[in-house]
Amino acid sequence: MSEATIPAGATSPARPATRAASAQTVPLTDLLKAKTSEGAQEMLAREESTIRELRYESGGVLRLPEGVDVDPNDFNYDTPDDETMILNLGPSHPSTHGVLRVMVEVRGEQVLRTKPVIGYLHTGMEKTGEELMYHQGCTNVTRMDYLAPFFNELAYCLSVEKLIGAEVPERAEWIRMLMCELNRVSSHFLWLATNGADLGALNMLVYGWRDRELLLAFFEKVTGLRMNHNYFRPGGVAADLPDGWRDDVKAICDVVLKRMDEYDNLLTGQPLLQNRMDGVGALDAATAVGLGLTGPVLRSTGVAYDIRRDFPYLFYDQVDFDVMVGTGGDCWDRFAIRVNEIRESVRIIRQVVKAMPKGDFRVQDKKVTPPPRNRIDESMEALIHHFKLYTEGFRVAPGDAYVPVESPRGELGCYIVSDGTSRPYRVHVRAPSFANLQGLAPMARGGFIPDVIACISSIDPVLGDVDR
Amino acid sequence: MSESQAPQAQDDEQNGQPGGDGEPTSLHGCPVTMAFGQTTVHADRRRYLSLMEGLYRDGFESCIGVCGVDYLTHPGRSLPEDVAAQRFEVVVELVSISRKERLRVRCQVPAEDPVVPSLFDLWPGSEAHERETFDMFGIRFSDHPDLTRILMPEDWEGHPLRKDYATGHVPVQFKEVPR
Repeated sequence: MSEATIPAGATSPARPATRAASAQTVPLTDLLKAKTSEGAQEMLAREESTIRELRYESGGVLRLPEGVDVDPNDFNYDTPDDETMILNLGPSHPSTHGVLRVMVEVRGEQVLRTKPVIGYLHTGMEKTGEELMYHQGCTNVTRMDYLAPFFNELAYCLSVEKLIGAEVPERAEWIRMLMCELNRVSSHFLWLATNGADLGALNMLVYGWRDRELLLAFFEKVTGLRMNHNYFRPGGVAADLPDGWRDDVKAICDVVLKRMDEYDNLLTGQPLLQNRMDGVGALDAATAVGLGLTGPVLRSTGVAYDIRRDFPYLFYDQVDFDVMVGTGGDCWDRFAIRVNEIRESVRIIRQVVKAMPKGDFRVQDKKVTPPPRNRIDESMEALIHHFKLYTEGFRVAPGDAYVPVESPRGELGCYIVSDGTSRPYRVHVRAPSFANLQGLAPMARGGFIPDVIACISSIDPVLGDVDR
Repeated sequence: MSESQAPQAQDDEQNGQPGGDGEPTSLHGCPVTMAFGQTTVHADRRRYLSLMEGLYRDGFESCIGVCGVDYLTHPGRSLPEDVAAQRFEVVVELVSISRKERLRVRCQVPAEDPVVPSLFDLWPGSEAHERETFDMFGIRFSDHPDLTRILMPEDWEGHPLRKDYATGHVPVQFKEVPR
């Protein structure tokens, strides 16, 4: 554990190779670095990087001999700098899905190294989470993965409920399942739209957004908001489903399936689109597992890891659905998995509609659940409970819990440490997009620049989730 | 990738005393606690790397996440007897996909020398998570390939998720400020 092996860290990217240059012959790049001081976060030239860094950025992350297709010793680290070029993509480029910045080293058109540079959307939500009381926390976490807000709320609520040991009514759990699966459909629709736009199928962009609106309209009817719902609360959900929700959901299911057949004609059957994705960005299972990838990106490599099935939460053990698995681990597999997950979600939604029990939609624990608005006018006790809950919150016994859920992008987990007060001591969200971005380097290696765009798109990163 | 059950069982025999509920009370020489149905292994820096290597051999193929916790204002947390509480903790979530098992490792990191070995050589997927932990808590990971800030700007001072980090505030003026 010697100090020498650790890069100097925060402020000074101490790189001996550049320090050696004398005062008169300071390269221009060094002067720029001193001004912006951003050098170490960016991808550096080969002579300024360590072998391990190069290996990681080249996507050769596995050690031998565990079924590796990339041998780190094969890399030609001595490629002279004048043969390669470091290119900057983003942070404001439509195909980067937000403010993702990717630096690639290319030789000619071929990608050698890839490095995502992130943090442009970092807003310190984990720090904010420590300031908010438990019942306020959902407003915070729902803004992280803004395309799948229900999953953020669900992971947070399940963690809090684990800590307080709340017995959530069955109806609330089924409502959560319904909303989550609808949310998965809407998230995948948006992915279909942006993926189409990235690869030149521009008409899909319009259709994807259009169909997503169908689901968002239902969310607005249920929660009052199209996004950032704050609908799941510790102990249940904020409100019961509105009248006529069954008809709405049934209509949505029918339309979604009909549209999916249309999109199969528009996208899946098109050789132009298939050629852009088939065999592009292939990952093997060992690399994907080693990199901690989850969700469709991991399943495309053939690893059937789905938290809904492997670590069931809510009532996923009572519904019948298939886990979509690919074989080649390429962009085409990831496309096929998402397309079929929409159909599986519809299958789950239909079972949820059938199984939805009657009953309460939130736990009747006055310490956790605020009283209904009209009770406050009639009952002094209700007023007191309301006042206590919104001024002091509810206390949670000390401990820590981590509950993962399967978001459209992979494992989304919330780690909460409680110190016995009414505010969480630490809220950490394990963001699937953040981890899945690590798969970009091995995916992009050896491909062309347009393939990098296809790879980014197939990872489906949401930058609100990456940066939090 | 998927090691058989045998080494796990053997380790349990060697290291684990039979607990009340049949769960091992120690794993690779580190105490194990159960809370809310979740298993946690507690380690200090001395035992951290050997524990993680052992768990890797036991078939925990995926390192799902690494995060830090700063216990500066909450020192009295309950820990097993032979683990001394320190200011920082590094919390690692491991998953065995083949066995459908989850495990949490909490490693105590002292404030005066916050350095722990990196898990990069076992699970390369820990790279980004360890960078984030370094960025937010200033916990350094030795032998990490590229330990730089990941979410905060490169020239940022301080580590924001530490409890003694001043969040600061900007006074809000609702009227026009006289200049």
